[in-house]
Amino acid sequence: MEIIVDGKKYIAENGETILQVARRNGIEIPTLCFLKGVNEPASCRVCVVEVEGVKNLCTACSTKVFDGMVVKTNTNKVIRARKNAIELLLSNHNQNCLSCPKNLQCQFQKLCNQFQCTNKFKGEMNEFAYDDTNHAIVRDESKCILCGKCVAVCAKRQGCSAIGKVGRGFETKVSTPFDRDMQHSACVGCGQCVLVCPTGALTQKNDTSKVMDILCEDDVVKIAQVAPAVRVSLGEAFGNEIGTFVEGKMVSALKELGFDFVFDVNTGADFTVVEEAGELLERLERKENLPLFTSCCPAWFNYCEKFYPEYANNMSTAKSPNEMLASLVRYYFEKQGKKVKIVSVMPCTAKKREILTHGVIDQCITTRELADLIKLKSINFNTLEDKKFDDPFGEATSSALIFGVTGGVTEAALRYAVFKTTGKKQGIVEEVRFSDGVKEVSVDLAGKKLNLAIVHGLTNAKAVMEEIKSGKRKYDFVEVMACPGGCVNGGGQIYVDYDKVDVEEVIKKRSASIYKVDGDCKFSGSEENKSVAKIYDELLGNDKHLIHDLLHYKRADKNFYE
Amino acid sequence: MNICELEKIKQQFIKEINFRKLGDTSGVEYKYDVMVCGGTGCRSCKSKKVQDALEETVKAKGLENLVKVHGVGCFGLCVNGPIVLIYPNDALYEKVAVEDVEEIVSSLAEDKLVERLLHHEDGKAIEKKDEMSFCKKQRYIARNNSEFMCLENILEDYIALDGYRALHKVVSEMKPEEVVKVISDSGLRGRGGAGFPTGKKWEFTRVVEAEQKYVICNADEGDPGAFMDRSIIESNPHAIIEAMAICGYAIGANKGFVYLRAEYPLAGERLQKAIDDATARGLLGEKIFGTDFSFELEIKYGAGAFVCGEETALMRSIEGNRGEPTLKPPYPATKGLYGCPTVINNVETLANVAQIINNGAEWYNQIGTPDSKGTKVFALTGKINNSGLIELPMGTTIREIIYEIGGGIPNGKKFKAVQMGGPSGGCIPEQHLDTPIDYKSLSELGSMMGSGGMIVVDEDTCMVDLAKFFLQFTRDESCGKCTPCRIGNKRILEILTKITDGEATMDDLDELEKLCHYVKDNSLCGLGQTSPNPVLSTLRYFRDEYIEHIKDHKCRAGVCKKLSKYVITDKCIGCSACSRQCPVGAISGEIRSKFNIDQEKCIKCGKCCETCRFGAIVKE
Repeated sequence: MEIIVDGKKYIAENGETILQVARRNGIEIPTLCFLKGVNEPASCRVCVVEVEGVKNLCTACSTKVFDGMVVKTNTNKVIRARKNAIELLLSNHNQNCLSCPKNLQCQFQKLCNQFQCTNKFKGEMNEFAYDDTNHAIVRDESKCILCGKCVAVCAKRQGCSAIGKVGRGFETKVSTPFDRDMQHSACVGCGQCVLVCPTGALTQKNDTSKVMDILCEDDVVKIAQVAPAVRVSLGEAFGNEIGTFVEGKMVSALKELGFDFVFDVNTGADFTVVEEAGELLERLERKENLPLFTSCCPAWFNYCEKFYPEYANNMSTAKSPNEMLASLVRYYFEKQGKKVKIVSVMPCTAKKREILTHGVIDQCITTRELADLIKLKSINFNTLEDKKFDDPFGEATSSALIFGVTGGVTEAALRYAVFKTTGKKQGIVEEVRFSDGVKEVSVDLAGKKLNLAIVHGLTNAKAVMEEIKSGKRKYDFVEVMACPGGCVNGGGQIYVDYDKVDVEEVIKKRSASIYKVDGDCKFSGSEENKSVAKIYDELLGNDKHLIHDLLHYKRADKNFYE
Repeated sequence: MNICELEKIKQQFIKEINFRKLGDTSGVEYKYDVMVCGGTGCRSCKSKKVQDALEETVKAKGLENLVKVHGVGCFGLCVNGPIVLIYPNDALYEKVAVEDVEEIVSSLAEDKLVERLLHHEDGKAIEKKDEMSFCKKQRYIARNNSEFMCLENILEDYIALDGYRALHKVVSEMKPEEVVKVISDSGLRGRGGAGFPTGKKWEFTRVVEAEQKYVICNADEGDPGAFMDRSIIESNPHAIIEAMAICGYAIGANKGFVYLRAEYPLAGERLQKAIDDATARGLLGEKIFGTDFSFELEIKYGAGAFVCGEETALMRSIEGNRGEPTLKPPYPATKGLYGCPTVINNVETLANVAQIINNGAEWYNQIGTPDSKGTKVFALTGKINNSGLIELPMGTTIREIIYEIGGGIPNGKKFKAVQMGGPSGGCIPEQHLDTPIDYKSLSELGSMMGSGGMIVVDEDTCMVDLAKFFLQFTRDESCGKCTPCRIGNKRILEILTKITDGEATMDDLDELEKLCHYVKDNSLCGLGQTSPNPVLSTLRYFRDEYIEHIKDHKCRAGVCKKLSKYVITDKCIGCSACSRQCPVGAISGEIRSKFNIDQEKCIKCGKCCETCRFGAIVKE
């Protein structure tokens, strides 16, 4: 069918909304509450347009097109209504924008600017709470414009419903059940809500100043270690395309910041592969605590503890690559009598919990915080020369790199296991890549048939857990990444304007960047990492107890993660 | 249950019904039936105690064989409750207290009535209730027969009054499309607010093919001052059950929900009992009247949110979600409760259905006006003598309602306006008193039928203050989902407050009007789209009052405290009584000389004015 928007004809499909047609054709219609497929409540009333023959303005996000529809997106009436909606929101919004963590990155601020909003509607404001009790997420109700995206994401994508709307009328707000603090809510710290919040109402805990403190310390070895997915997002903060691979510049920037050593968490991942594969084989043999759940995703770990505590023993005891590496690094330097401070850079908000838990890591910052630090030090990121990670924890295989994408852990483990059992090199494992949410794979490993499941997004994890619980499905190994798409789309990654690009596209681009490097490295397997063997031999002396002590979580009767 | 059993029950109870309804004394052995109103209104004035006392007294006097005592549904004249009806005399006693019981029973023993308890008009006692001016113009369809059914065996009495005949007729003789056609032809329109043709709603849902469909009765009556749905459910629950089953048959649904507000515990209790009774008799459940039609009914309680009267919010609430309206389309007819095609009808709408089936579309069609058929129940409240529930044919004028049925304004005050349609409606001033009530005329006046709340205001009411009252309501009851309603209403209320505080400018008035139009045009659901109506309609008819507040800092009704003050005139003899009563110590002076009020301290409570025996304190 054909519709006319602002005097021009456009082809539209039956069932499409005005907004869909407009976005496809580059016609700008502002939105605040719209998040494709997840939150389409038409409640902010910012995307209103005029439709010929309809008395009132229509919300572009919800109004379906019809043949011959005549739409006007920028008449004075439309502009006025949009401005009214924004100014009303502004009248109940904390306007300390200059000191807001989202200053200049706030969609609402952008719209206030675009529509030249004033404080026309002066009036009483709500009483707002500020909640920074959670290890990862900070909630500032005074910044909330009630778009509902966070609530929808938490419920629909992440199956947690840690936050929801409470109260009614003017007093409506987003909060936890019974207004409890976030630390005592169902929040697992995944940070998906932070990614979609258009304002500064939800942000991650900011630890940049603590990192600055560490960088100012004398007499300690200052170590940075970086997770795989950071390097495909960090560049976006400096104007690069989504998914640009900036590993070299990132290492360089960390050196510029003042770190003595920059290590690759991928090295840790190679260890994880070895340890976790070993653990799987052991459990298969003993036929206990199956399926084995991957433990590298902290949000998933936390989710399992909170929602399925009865499966705590199924969690792999192998430490996450981050903590595994940190433990080795600490052991390595302390053996030499040196004091170390370890800062890890993660695409993740939930990882901040690892600061609290074992004391191996001193600080944990997100990709965004690293970008902030780089900006703080006025480092010209894009002109930095490429540098390599430092030894002895700088060498990593591309198997470890793909940990940043959903399916990566499984693929890496399979490559390693195939090599271990057959001696053959396993290339790409296509079946585990690009899943919609849940992928089931059966593999033959030395005559044994293994059932694997690869899951991303906690709503999907919930579905899988229910099936396991009910006995409908039997798996040997389950990989779960809390964030849809895996760490590439982690809650700590650089903000993306979802009005311009869908989250699926973001995941695709960042994953592609990782897979490209994996391909360039000829799909190297963890067994090929020389440093790993060397560390096992030389540093750890193949001492089984020591290895277990350093690389595994201690299992307590309950909640061994704590 | 089959038709013979239905007939058998009817025959068992018809004599008592005829005794009450027609005064036919043949076939009953007792002489009087004393029926005590069991509606929430009368119950709250201790009618249950009156009923208990009546039963005891009758027993004590050994008159059990002559005088029967029963509970009965709401009669409507709630202001004068507890109401007691005496059959076969058809007399109505008002404001009956436990102390009156002895006299009532003794007089019946002597075949006399207690004149002082009868309704009086112009000083004369009215012996028959139908002769009261309150009753004369009323016509009962939705509230049909409830004054004749005793609450104790309401199912049997309902059957004796031809209840469940319509359901039998429908399931055994009619095709679903024929049922829908009768309802369509009758011209019945939704009584909950918007007035959407009921037949159309049914038809839209009937034609959708789906495995599961639902019928919902919207009993989330939330308009301030409206209580007809409560009354209908309390007094005649089987009419709703029967109608829902008929609707279920017509659209192909086998499950119904009554969404009842939890603030109506008595209605819930009676409806649940009625559902249980009907199920026990096979009037609900599997294979009704031996046909393949099955229908079950469940009550869902609301948690007290006004917005849940909006159909999409209501469905979300039943589903267990937050009661927030969702976008339409999809309409409930295609995608309603749990995603299934659903019909949602208001209580009063449903109360008409069985009678339309029994009497035919033509019968119903003849009542009312060309655009609005049938009758409408109104909750008449505010500054009116006979406040309570009334049911009138569409087309009755507002003047008839207020001056004939309502008995005019109390204390000789002057009528100012009537607010119709609750917080979504608008006010109608004196110049439009002769407007016939129908959907179209009311909306042309900037008001609406709504659920039928009529709040009468007199000269002592400030129209800005009235608008403020409703905006306070909508501010609190907005679900908070969309921006215009959530924040816009709050800002409207703030401007109104500025006006009543005497702090507004004419620019504020201009801004107020613009903002009202913005909220009306841009809100997501009906609540927000209508919430500015009380402001817009008072602005339309009483703009001068707004201007007076702004320019002259004057509230002519003397309601706005900040714009009025109490002053002591020369009549003061200096007795100091007022200063002793003043809660804030704002009055001082010397004994035997004129006292003074410190305007800074005064909170305008009016206590001094009430206290002064010399009329020396006046409000300016």
